Amino acid sequence: MLSVLRTLGMTFMHTFRKRETILYPEEQPYLPPRYRGRIVLTRDPDGAERCVACNLCSVACPVDCISVVKTEDETGRWYPETFRINFSRCIYCGFCEEACPTYAIQLTPDFEMGEFDRQQMVYEKTDLLISGVGKRPGYNFYRVAGMAVGGKDKGDAVNESQPIDVKTLLP
Amino acid sequence: MFGLSESQLLDILFTAIETIAILLAVVITAAMLIWVERRLLGVWQDRYGPNRVGPFGLLQVVADMIKIFFKEDWIPPFADKAVFVIAPGIIMFTTLMAFAVVPFTATIGVVDLNIGILFILAMSSLGVYSVILAGWSSDNKYALLGAMRTAAQMISYEVFMGLSLLGVVLLAGSFDLREIVESQAGMWNVIPQFPAFVIFFIAGCAEIHRSPFDLPEAEQELTAGYHTEYSGMKFGMFFVGEYLGIVLISCLVTVLFFGGWLGPILPGFVWFALKAGFFICFFVLLRAGTVRPRYDQLMAFGWKILLPIALVNVAITGAVVVAMAN
Repeated sequence: MLSVLRTLGMTFMHTFRKRETILYPEEQPYLPPRYRGRIVLTRDPDGAERCVACNLCSVACPVDCISVVKTEDETGRWYPETFRINFSRCIYCGFCEEACPTYAIQLTPDFEMGEFDRQQMVYEKTDLLISGVGKRPGYNFYRVAGMAVGGKDKGDAVNESQPIDVKTLLP
Repeated sequence: MFGLSESQLLDILFTAIETIAILLAVVITAAMLIWVERRLLGVWQDRYGPNRVGPFGLLQVVADMIKIFFKEDWIPPFADKAVFVIAPGIIMFTTLMAFAVVPFTATIGVVDLNIGILFILAMSSLGVYSVILAGWSSDNKYALLGAMRTAAQMISYEVFMGLSLLGVVLLAGSFDLREIVESQAGMWNVIPQFPAFVIFFIAGCAEIHRSPFDLPEAEQELTAGYHTEYSGMKFGMFFVGEYLGIVLISCLVTVLFFGGWLGPILPGFVWFALKAGFFICFFVLLRAGTVRPRYDQLMAFGWKILLPIALVNVAITGAVVVAMAN
């Protein structure tokens, strides 16, 4: 009986404690910077889009919600003609972000994507592509890759040495 | 007309209006208890209760009422239709009838029965019918099990509810509730009759099958017990009937043990409301802060602990009253 009274007293003292509820949407919860929320496609520091339509993200996706079609511009640089993510299927696991070789696809701390119609949750490239660099400010894939694309020959990349001429005997 | 004089007819009219007003006030209090309970439970559980619908969530009651009115009124095809429909009405009826003898102030009260306490005990006994009929007519094993357990709990705890009140009756010398309140003008009954107060409170809690004695409604344990098959307004009537029971037991405790409307300075009705309100909040605190005992623990506690204490209390009170009369 006494333990019951003690419990009642302890419960009553909760009157003077602060409530733990976060009054959404007036108060927002704290989201750390690496929170896996809405997916975006980022651009280079030079302004060109980073995505090279290699399909590594759609292969890595556990629920197959990414759909990419590749096309090439006149300088030989690959880019996605269509890039579609079905956000009603996406589980926000971040596998695509880990798989991407160019840091193009990134997950941002934003979760407010509620819709009334499921078709509205399929985001196209125009909805996903942002004008900034996202989480990796200095990275430009084509500057460090070995391919010869528009504006860069073989051997002109950062930290790359010139290709060896295999037809001469000189060291 | 009717062979009565004009003043007698006016008397009847005023009594009728007073009765209806008391009824409305009590039912509205029970409905507002929905909001009070949810907010108070939130206060004691470190969260907010309903706070979106209207200022401080006050219109939540209205929203709940609208929702429950629009629900489909489904009677299971395998159920006993007449009994199924009547069962929730019985609990509302008996609880509201019990309010007829409760004196709210020195002048307000429906009727002054000279056997008021007996009437209240009789009405609470009739309330057991609603539970049994609900469980039986549902034609559902779980509902029947829940109803049987509830009925056994209610019938057992009625015994010591009555016994604990005998001490109060001995002190006041009457079964009339108004005279009991007036006899407390010198000292509230809770002081000489403290064990009886505790037993009456616990037994009242079990009578209205309210936490921690709410095994009948324990969703986790009996799939909602005797009101498993009920939906819509019938379930609403069980629900409001339970809140009416809380209001009834709180009013009875203030009338029988805490001096009803007696108190300095403030008018009688304010004192009554304050005291009854305190006990209503205490019921909510009981729900927030206690664990549910197992069924056999519940019955053992009643029969093996509360009954002897109640009997001893009656014996000692009787002895003291006889000794003081000599």
